Amino acid sequence: MSDFNSEFWSWFISAIVVGGFVWMLYLLQINNKVELPADGKAKPTGHIWDEDLEELNNPLPRWWLYMFYITIVFGVVYLILYPGMGTFKGVLGWTQISEYETAVAKAEAEFGPLYERYLNEDLAVLAADDDALKTGERLFVNYCSTCHGSDARGARGFPNLRDHDWLYGGEPETIKATILHGRTGAMPSWEGALGGEEGVAQVAEYVEQLVGREVDDEVAAAGKTKYDMFCVGCHQADGTGSQAVGAPNLTDNIWLYGGSKKVIKQSIAKGRNGRMPAHADFLGEAKVHILAAYIYSLSQENK
Amino acid sequence: MNDESMTYNYTVVRQFAVMTVIWGIVGMTVGVLIASQMAWPAMNFDTPWLSFGRLRPLHTNAVVFAFGGSALFATSYYVVQRTCHVRLFAPKLAAFTFWGWMTVILLAVITLPLGITSTKEYAELEWPIDILITIVWVSYAVVFFGTIAKRKVKHIYVANWFFGAFILTVAMLHVVNSASVPVTFFKSYSAYAGVQDAMIQWWYGHNAVGFFLTAGFLGIMYYFLPKQAERPVYSYRLSVVHFWALSFTYIWAGPHHLHYTALPDWTQSLGMVFSLILLAPSWGGMINGMMTLSGSWEKLRTDPILKFMIVSVSFYGMSTFEGPMMAIKTVNALSHYTDWTIGHVHSGALGWVAFITIGAIYFLIPRLFGAEMYSKKLMEIHFWIATIGIVLYITSMWTSGIMQGLMWRAVNDDGTLTYSFVESVQAMHPFYVVRFLGGVLFLTGMLIMAYNVFKTIARRQPVVATIPAPAAAH
Repeated sequence: MSDFNSEFWSWFISAIVVGGFVWMLYLLQINNKVELPADGKAKPTGHIWDEDLEELNNPLPRWWLYMFYITIVFGVVYLILYPGMGTFKGVLGWTQISEYETAVAKAEAEFGPLYERYLNEDLAVLAADDDALKTGERLFVNYCSTCHGSDARGARGFPNLRDHDWLYGGEPETIKATILHGRTGAMPSWEGALGGEEGVAQVAEYVEQLVGREVDDEVAAAGKTKYDMFCVGCHQADGTGSQAVGAPNLTDNIWLYGGSKKVIKQSIAKGRNGRMPAHADFLGEAKVHILAAYIYSLSQENK
Repeated sequence: MNDESMTYNYTVVRQFAVMTVIWGIVGMTVGVLIASQMAWPAMNFDTPWLSFGRLRPLHTNAVVFAFGGSALFATSYYVVQRTCHVRLFAPKLAAFTFWGWMTVILLAVITLPLGITSTKEYAELEWPIDILITIVWVSYAVVFFGTIAKRKVKHIYVANWFFGAFILTVAMLHVVNSASVPVTFFKSYSAYAGVQDAMIQWWYGHNAVGFFLTAGFLGIMYYFLPKQAERPVYSYRLSVVHFWALSFTYIWAGPHHLHYTALPDWTQSLGMVFSLILLAPSWGGMINGMMTLSGSWEKLRTDPILKFMIVSVSFYGMSTFEGPMMAIKTVNALSHYTDWTIGHVHSGALGWVAFITIGAIYFLIPRLFGAEMYSKKLMEIHFWIATIGIVLYITSMWTSGIMQGLMWRAVNDDGTLTYSFVESVQAMHPFYVVRFLGGVLFLTGMLIMAYNVFKTIARRQPVVATIPAPAAAH
């Protein structure tokens, strides 16, 4: 048994538990011998402290005594039925893990078919099925809202799923693949390659120009030279990015980490790491299928 | 000129008694502020050292160890002298416990808002402060047990059993739980890892409740309630049984804080079983308190101190019934991680601990300063405001806690959760507002108390407490 590094500790625990029970019963026994005098009024014990502090010799209240006994009996029965006495597993053979596994298996049996009936349906069709979308929304709120928000509009570092701007593509099957297998977005740190702060500032200036902001043309031009050398591989010459590698479009003024000059410079200098975890094992394909349809449906609103 | 050894040492008692009131106000003010942050997050003013994460430990440390601690020092020093009929042992060491304990609290007030923390709940103070606590605590033990040792009466009074158990056990809990490896002067890491660390933490955490906030305050109850009621303690036998059973059983109860976690099944079972068995030993104290007053219930009408004490004992009974119930795994599965726990803690902390303290301080102040309380009327007002405050606090937290628990487990017919987490947060908002109001009322009561106490002290007369000869046993 892994909880104990030797049999001794199992016996040690059991001995003090049993000893404790015995001792409490003994304590109750020896203190339960007080009889009230004939007039029914308890006498003081005879000790006096601080001029007038005294103690009466009333017997233990009967109801209280029985309550005490009942809790002890409960304890004994419980420790026979359930694990508690060292390595003794209890008559019922109950474990916390088995309780969890039973509950999960029961839920799978009951709810599994509800999800599986959608599995063979085309995602684009499913995205118009009200029942499936209702379940999809509930799944989303349960599992996705922590990062992407209850309204699916994301948060800093967590993409907005309603803005029609996709890092890896917004086709139904692509969305499903993203949820199933996760994504790892890695923007390297460019501080070194760009020759420090000045190079970073130049590229940032050019990125701002790509969005259409008022910029210092000379600095932006210097930035473009560096951009063409280092950034085009992923973000493309026109800055529209590449869904194949999850490189964001830099021209649409939609920012995952923020679009202020300061934050753009920070993203370039230090790089960014984004991670969408894989959900295939955790949720199973059937639930992911419904989720993908739901998220796809969000992107079809107001299109 | 009086011979000093013929009088009781009230100096250190006075110091701690006054600081009890002051730290109560500080700790509860911080509590009210962070309660407001739960309802209106903007109340942290975007300032790191005013944020919930840093002020919550300050609140718990200030109310438990500064307010509760000062109350325990004051009352135990008073009680141990008077029930042993001797002057306090080692007066310089006793004075050191006052200044040492105040230094600990001051350091807590500085370091916790700065974010310097060991991250162990109710033991957040970093290792240099932990060492100071240990030194102060050992000094406290020397003073207390030294006084017991030179007592003039053969039998040790029941209040001193509880104070003694509290001092010894807290020493053990503090040293074991705070064991850590220092990295810098301001940072250390726990000596334990993983689930062992969690278990040690809650062994400590629950016994901080069991021995600091229960055994210690039962010591207060056993002296001040019979004194104020002018009645003998109801049952000596009951006090014997419930003292030993409580001391033995409490120490096992920690694992109920870790139900359904990585803690081994056997540990969880034992934690639950002993938590449940704890019901009767706890109620022994309640019965002895309640029944001590039986025969003079009419005093409750006119005596605000007794009102505080009896309501305190009632809340003690209620919390110690609620606690074992919440330790049952099936109940815990609903209550754990919800505000029900917060409500439970505060029915104990405000109802039991603070009320018995307030009663004892109102009892002590006139005797320590030689002047009647400035206003009995203000004591009455304090009682009612504080009682309404507690009721608002705990009913709002019960309701919101049970609601949270039910919302979290509600399931749709397709197996998905009915509510997202944020919906449960939203649903709690009105209850957070009510809780805040409850806290404001309780704090207002403390401010009234402070006014009343300082008005009384302004009229103080010199007190010479001559030690009477022990009464002969009859």
